[in-house]
Amino acid sequence: MTSAGSGLTLLQTCALSLLVFTGASQFALVGALAAGGGPFTAAAGAFFLGVRNAFYGLRLSQLLALPRAVRPFAAQWVIDETAAVSLAQPTRRGARLGFVVTGLSLYVLWNLTTLFGALGAEAIGDTDAWGLDAAGPAVFLALLAPMLRTGTERAVAGLAVLLGLGLLPVLPAGVPVLVAALAAPAVLWARGRRSATHQDGPREEER
Amino acid sequence: MNIWIAIGVTVLGCYAVKLAGLLVPAGVLERPLVRRLAALLPVALLAALTAQQAFADGRSLVLDARAAGLAAAAVALMLRAPFLLVIAAAVAVTAGVRALGG
Repeated sequence: MTSAGSGLTLLQTCALSLLVFTGASQFALVGALAAGGGPFTAAAGAFFLGVRNAFYGLRLSQLLALPRAVRPFAAQWVIDETAAVSLAQPTRRGARLGFVVTGLSLYVLWNLTTLFGALGAEAIGDTDAWGLDAAGPAVFLALLAPMLRTGTERAVAGLAVLLGLGLLPVLPAGVPVLVAALAAPAVLWARGRRSATHQDGPREEER
Repeated sequence: MNIWIAIGVTVLGCYAVKLAGLLVPAGVLERPLVRRLAALLPVALLAALTAQQAFADGRSLVLDARAAGLAAAAVALMLRAPFLLVIAAAVAVTAGVRALGG
């Protein structure tokens, strides 16, 4: 829908959706092109938004233990939603199932939505009026909540929220989330220092 | 033509970073520090994304009905409500607040 308004053809819109399959990057690319940005500037912004998928891949590869030959195919589905659902599963079987089900259903839905949107199908009215824009953050919160087991995770999440929101107005789209990822090494480093100075003290992380 | 170049570059770049994460050798991941870090990175990313989707409009920060919806989701989570109920609570409260306050 958005891209149809910024001069992309139906074929271009669908190709973008099928091949990139990272919502934030698609919107960024389309937005930058619509604003008159050059192809490489626009692609760079979209690329930054996609970099976080590498971090998900890092975690998913040990969790899913995929055969080497499958990885190039699985890679296309490494996105926020599949990572969140897979990481929330207690077992490897569950994680694999979650990854495939989430990946497949999102891939199909996302591309159908794109097609219908680009075809100019009537929108279902104002989706915001139905509160549907709150579903995204609620899904992420529900997936994040079980991960916040110890103080370390909570500290990382809190710091990441501060960084993500605080830097949003001052840095280009996609970069604040990447900076927020630094909350993870920062908290680990701070914990490491603290436990180094209190060698005999109880270590909360080892629970 | 420019648009196709932009699409091509984005497709390759986005796919490459997705694959890169999966291809890191397992040996590297067995080091405890890397394991801890790989486990914590999604926490940081999800937390930042949640906050941005709830409180951002483009590049400016806003406090609107979505915040009430997110709060409702948080309450539902604390009450150990099932996943779909959590989402439904967020959607319903957001729509309700919008209908009342515009």
